[in-house]
Amino acid sequence: MTVGQVLLVAVLAVPALGAVAVAATPRDRAARLVGTIAAALTLLAAVPLVFGGRSWVAWSAGEPAVRPWHQLDLPWVPGLELRFHLGVDGISWPLVVLTALLTLLCCAYTMWRVPDGGSGRALVALLLVVEVGILGTFLALDLVLFFLFFEVVLLPMYAIIAGWGGPDRRRAARKFTLYTLFGSVLLLVGVYVVVAAAGTADVVALTGGDGLSRGTQLAAFTLLALAFAVKSPLWPLHSWLPDAHTQAPTVGSVVLAGVLLKMGTYGLIRVAVGVAPEGARWAAPVLGVLAVAAILVGSLVCLAQADVKRLIAYSSVGHMGFVLLGVATLTATGIQAALIGNVAHGVITGLLFFLAGAVKDRTGTGTLAELSGLRETAPRLAGLLAFAAVASLGLPGLAGFWGEAFAVVAAIQRGGPLWTTLGVLAAVGGALTAAYFLRLLRQVTHGRPSPAVGGVGAGLAGAELTAWVPLVLLALAIGLAPALVLGVAEAPVDALIGVVSR
Amino acid sequence: MSVVQSVDSVALLPAYLAAGTAVLVLITDLLLARPRVTVVVAGLGALGTAVGAALVGAAGERRTFCAGADCSWVFGGRAALVGAVVALLTLGVLGLSAPALRAGRSPVGEYCFLLACSMTGGVVLGAAGDLITLIVALETLTLPLYVLVGLRRGSLASAEAAVTFFVVSVVATSVTLLGAALLYAVTGGLHLDRLGALLAERPDLRDLPLTTAAVALLLVGLAFKVAAVPFHAWAPATYDGAPLPVAAYLSTASKLGGLVALLAVVQRALPADQTGPVLAVLAVLTMTVGNLVALRQRRTVRLLAWSSVAQAGYILAPLGALALAAGRTGEARSAAYAAAVAYAVFFVLLELAAFAGVTALRPVGADGGTLDDLRGAARQHPWRGVALGLALVGLAGLPPGLAGLFAKVTVVRALLDGGAGWLALVVALNAVIGLAYYLRVTAALWAPSTPPTAAGGAVAVPLVGVAAVVLAVATVAAVVVGVAPQLVLDLAGR
Repeated sequence: MTVGQVLLVAVLAVPALGAVAVAATPRDRAARLVGTIAAALTLLAAVPLVFGGRSWVAWSAGEPAVRPWHQLDLPWVPGLELRFHLGVDGISWPLVVLTALLTLLCCAYTMWRVPDGGSGRALVALLLVVEVGILGTFLALDLVLFFLFFEVVLLPMYAIIAGWGGPDRRRAARKFTLYTLFGSVLLLVGVYVVVAAAGTADVVALTGGDGLSRGTQLAAFTLLALAFAVKSPLWPLHSWLPDAHTQAPTVGSVVLAGVLLKMGTYGLIRVAVGVAPEGARWAAPVLGVLAVAAILVGSLVCLAQADVKRLIAYSSVGHMGFVLLGVATLTATGIQAALIGNVAHGVITGLLFFLAGAVKDRTGTGTLAELSGLRETAPRLAGLLAFAAVASLGLPGLAGFWGEAFAVVAAIQRGGPLWTTLGVLAAVGGALTAAYFLRLLRQVTHGRPSPAVGGVGAGLAGAELTAWVPLVLLALAIGLAPALVLGVAEAPVDALIGVVSR
Repeated sequence: MSVVQSVDSVALLPAYLAAGTAVLVLITDLLLARPRVTVVVAGLGALGTAVGAALVGAAGERRTFCAGADCSWVFGGRAALVGAVVALLTLGVLGLSAPALRAGRSPVGEYCFLLACSMTGGVVLGAAGDLITLIVALETLTLPLYVLVGLRRGSLASAEAAVTFFVVSVVATSVTLLGAALLYAVTGGLHLDRLGALLAERPDLRDLPLTTAAVALLLVGLAFKVAAVPFHAWAPATYDGAPLPVAAYLSTASKLGGLVALLAVVQRALPADQTGPVLAVLAVLTMTVGNLVALRQRRTVRLLAWSSVAQAGYILAPLGALALAAGRTGEARSAAYAAAVAYAVFFVLLELAAFAGVTALRPVGADGGTLDDLRGAARQHPWRGVALGLALVGLAGLPPGLAGLFAKVTVVRALLDGGAGWLALVVALNAVIGLAYYLRVTAALWAPSTPPTAAGGAVAVPLVGVAAVVLAVATVAAVVVGVAPQLVLDLAGR
């Protein structure tokens, strides 16, 4: 085995073994420490995946469109066309690192504070299992394996919401699970529609849609796109999201918004568009219209939200709309925008949920009307919140800008009355995003301190800073140097567009 | 031609072993009258039967009782699989019954004898080559169960369940027999392969209304046995009234028996273009109705019963898909049958684990109780809770219950290969409904327990060794086939 293959296995095995070790450690605090160490080791294994294996730069016709930097291909269940085929390239690597980072921050945060409802040990173990599922989804290069990892996430996330969530957690957790299972069974059918027609489940061989008839591609893309639309979520299939995010504990919301949603958009790019490009071209206008509808609806709903967490949750619908618009254009610019939008949203929304959780923990309420004047009593917290909100609304120089701006640019570049209109509407949605985030800031940070805010101390715990500072720095770094993400993604995206627009 | 048939006793060895076990149990009980010895003899006999079936099956197909090319006893790979699985299920159920038997809830000798008789029926069933052997074997499998269901002393529910089961089952058998008789009237044959060949060769026979009626009656009769909707109403009442281990046997070995019979008839005897649409409709109805009604159940065993109705629908689905798509190859067909068998094996394993889990979390000899009785049970007994949770999640078809996930994947794949995409979608959507109730039970296990109620709550149960072993073995087996499902797929495809 090469070093790359060892790292690939380690990225999945370390959190999995970590979860077992956490469950086996009897003392709660020690167990949380073990979990945090496992998460840190996972991140350490994920980062060096970027080195080596990148011997090529430009894509040329006649070569496979997916050329992983490192890959590992072992047989598992030949009877079901399932191979244990892992690989990493520029499209998946940023998301892998983001997942490892956010899980580490969540575990570290849990060292300091365990939400009510159950033991911190079980929470950390579940977080690590969720991490295995998400990382596996990003690394899988076999459609059936992809589906398998896609499903792994479901029940641990249910347990996190149902065990440690807010007052209405059971209903929210059920809704989340059933909705997303609905998506993943469609994924199962879609995957086997492809496998039955092509006789293989290898993503590398399938990308480009060679050997699939038009009918198969349309059917497969419809099923796959629906599946990923539930997960992303795309309006009008988003209604599980606000409840799940609002009820989940802080770390649950961070993982949900930060990386779980990305499984949907990543799947759309890698699997749906890659495997059924003809279906993608056929469905692109519908996808684009829905994406813009999501942007507008999400922003308008946010303007009327009365709860901090719910507002941030709905803002995810809008941001994911930009990502999906980028994908729908099927241009290199659009897909690049989607990828950087994905990462930026993970970083910023993760931070926002951490901050919203901190506000809620301190004041005991998340209702906007009961919060005001945070700037007076807790200036540092208010400042961070302002930073995250401004980053999220897409201020140039911060991470949120690139994804949104280039999604609009891609739509305009695509040309034609439909895409131009969509681009303009999306830009309007961007303005609305600014409006609701500024409204959030005005209500929460400005004004006279409300009774709930009055007693909040100015200090921030060390663990909180530890969890937040990396995200703040990352939001700045990606904003100033988008090449961090785009540099590695450029070649694979060009290759993908090469086969898709053939 | 000699009048005296030569009998291949090696091919019959598994049946000898099973029947011998029953006789031995009876004698042991009469002569020694020591409950513990009786149970051990029955258990060893079941184990021996399983080993015998596996050994004979591994050596290749053997036929006996032949008239010309048609044989009444065909012991091949699938017969070996069915025989071994039924014997192992019997062993498992015996283990689960041990605590209740020790507590004197049921007469030990009779209980073990009847179970061994039923096992004999199951072993013979897999190898049956003609309709008479098939129906007699199925009856041998079912008949002892009428008594076993009613064997809980002093329980009215148990007696009611036995009567319901008896009446429905007898009606079903007579319907099946009528179908077989009509088929004989049309074709003059009873051997499955001969029937298949005749009906394939002579389309004029196939188009007779009498043939259609015969096929329909045969299928309906067998559908009763697997509790397929609309012939399912007996199952929940019977399961709920029966002692827990017997309910486990009913929903695993007995259901498997019905499926094997159905599979044998559909695969070998009847024309697929006639049975296919009927089975497809049955499958859709069975899974949908089973799942929807299970959503409303408050009693544990009833919920499991309805869910097993739904699971039968998933097993029937690949069979139904066959006739719908035109131009099926022989390869695609055998893949669909193999998918049905594979699903059945995954299912009985998980179902046994689930029943073992429920048994382990309930007081000795108690019935399944309500879902509230299981509230917080996993907090008191973490290992048993994990085992039951794993089985339930597996039945729902989600990780970490990989066995169940691969079972669903196998069926969906077979359906899509057979060109029945809509049926695959129905299966997939039903899996979502299924999760809703499996999740409810699983979540209840870890829910904060209600303040200790009167007797009947999840009281601490000292788990007797044997039952714990059954639970552990079933769970480990489910985990193993979850990681290496190819084992089951290979066996099912033989």
